[in-house]
Amino acid sequence: MPLFRLLVFAGALLPFALLVMDAFGGRLGPDPGERLTERLGLLAFQCLLVTLFMTPLSRWTGSPVWIRVRRMLGLFAFFYAVLHLLAFLQFVIGWEDLWVAFTKRPYIVFGTIALLLMCPLAITSTRGMMRRLGRSWKPLHRLIYPALVFAWLHFLWQARSDVGEMMAYAVIAIVLLVVRVYWFGWRTLVPLRRA
Amino acid sequence: MPDFSTDEEKTPFRDVTHYNNFYEFGTGKEDPSRYAGEMVVDPWSVTVEGECDRPGTYSIDDLVKPLDYEERIYRLRCVEAWSMVIPWIGIPLADLIKRFEPNSRAKYVYFETLQDPEHMRGQRSVFSTIDWPYREGLRMDEAMNELSFMAFGLYGKALPKQNGAPMRLVVPWKYGFKSIKSIVRIRFQETQPETSWNMIAPQEYGFYSNVNPEVDHPRWSQKRERRLPSSLLSTNWIDTRKFNGYGEQVAHLYKGMDLKKYY
Repeated sequence: MPLFRLLVFAGALLPFALLVMDAFGGRLGPDPGERLTERLGLLAFQCLLVTLFMTPLSRWTGSPVWIRVRRMLGLFAFFYAVLHLLAFLQFVIGWEDLWVAFTKRPYIVFGTIALLLMCPLAITSTRGMMRRLGRSWKPLHRLIYPALVFAWLHFLWQARSDVGEMMAYAVIAIVLLVVRVYWFGWRTLVPLRRA
Repeated sequence: MPDFSTDEEKTPFRDVTHYNNFYEFGTGKEDPSRYAGEMVVDPWSVTVEGECDRPGTYSIDDLVKPLDYEERIYRLRCVEAWSMVIPWIGIPLADLIKRFEPNSRAKYVYFETLQDPEHMRGQRSVFSTIDWPYREGLRMDEAMNELSFMAFGLYGKALPKQNGAPMRLVVPWKYGFKSIKSIVRIRFQETQPETSWNMIAPQEYGFYSNVNPEVDHPRWSQKRERRLPSSLLSTNWIDTRKFNGYGEQVAHLYKGMDLKKYY
């Protein structure tokens, strides 16, 4: 079991290590800040999807190991999303016109909402917080569903002409949401409500 | 003859040829360099039609042969807020246009890129919102302006396929997407032509698309740009200049026009 967790940890950190190596190796092209931002954002989104895979996987396989790495994967999604935001501020908009960016540009607003929704989940992910929150922990953590939807909208809104990649991710996200509705009823998707 | 070249530091050949947009080959910045090799550019002919006295189909050799090349080192400002400095080889667009003898009804000139889905994988994508072929256009006085340029090469070499071989437009005071690549059709017409990005998102991309820091793209600011190559240690921000710094040559074309309305 610790070995499995270690493997998942390494697997989730590997893309970050590759990114850092690419950055130091000058392999991010002539506009490396933009590339770095893009890759961090995609990693955050992918981690979110992988996190949401854990519950269905544990049900299919009947094994609890997936649930035990779920928190770690969720925290990786949060980690990448925070780095993505910082990289965006530093390299893409250069800390200028922040008010306009975060109020007037829908894709930035959506991305920010997704990240804000993830904040309480990251904060309450510890065992102590789980105990303290008791029965309300689970409905709170359903905020991951709207976070996923906003993250996807954030992604889609930046498309200029080809939406193929976004549609592929949409299919995966929809499958992940639909299996939950199928197994547990649509109420399991509603955050902040006691089941 | 006046020298229109900038003496700013040139963007390296490698970056000019391996980081650009050419959606006919995919939407990634490396896709053009990766896949443009599949495009067939030999033989190549250009159809000239519409309001002119010398319409017809011209082979690229006919278009290139009798002319003296010039080098123009121009700034290129992408609508995505990055920019490069590129040494183009080619001829003034006006010289080319004069050979086709446009008549008095020619108010606009329209350009079209090759459409060949078999060799251009981006055109095969079912999720693309571009209605191929890629189209662009200029008002006649813009096209005849001394800065408008038809490029056949860059960095002293023939134009690489990913940069729009064998012949592409370069309009340095407009956002890069106006500088249409791999041209197969030129049409002189009385009415304003349809242009690809304007067809997809008219609220984001106007017909004129002059570089203008005062008019933001709805999704991002146009006040500054990253001059490439940039690095993680210095992002290389520079202030974007109106008409990309070519106001002296082109501002008069837009006298009396509200550039917030005609963006």
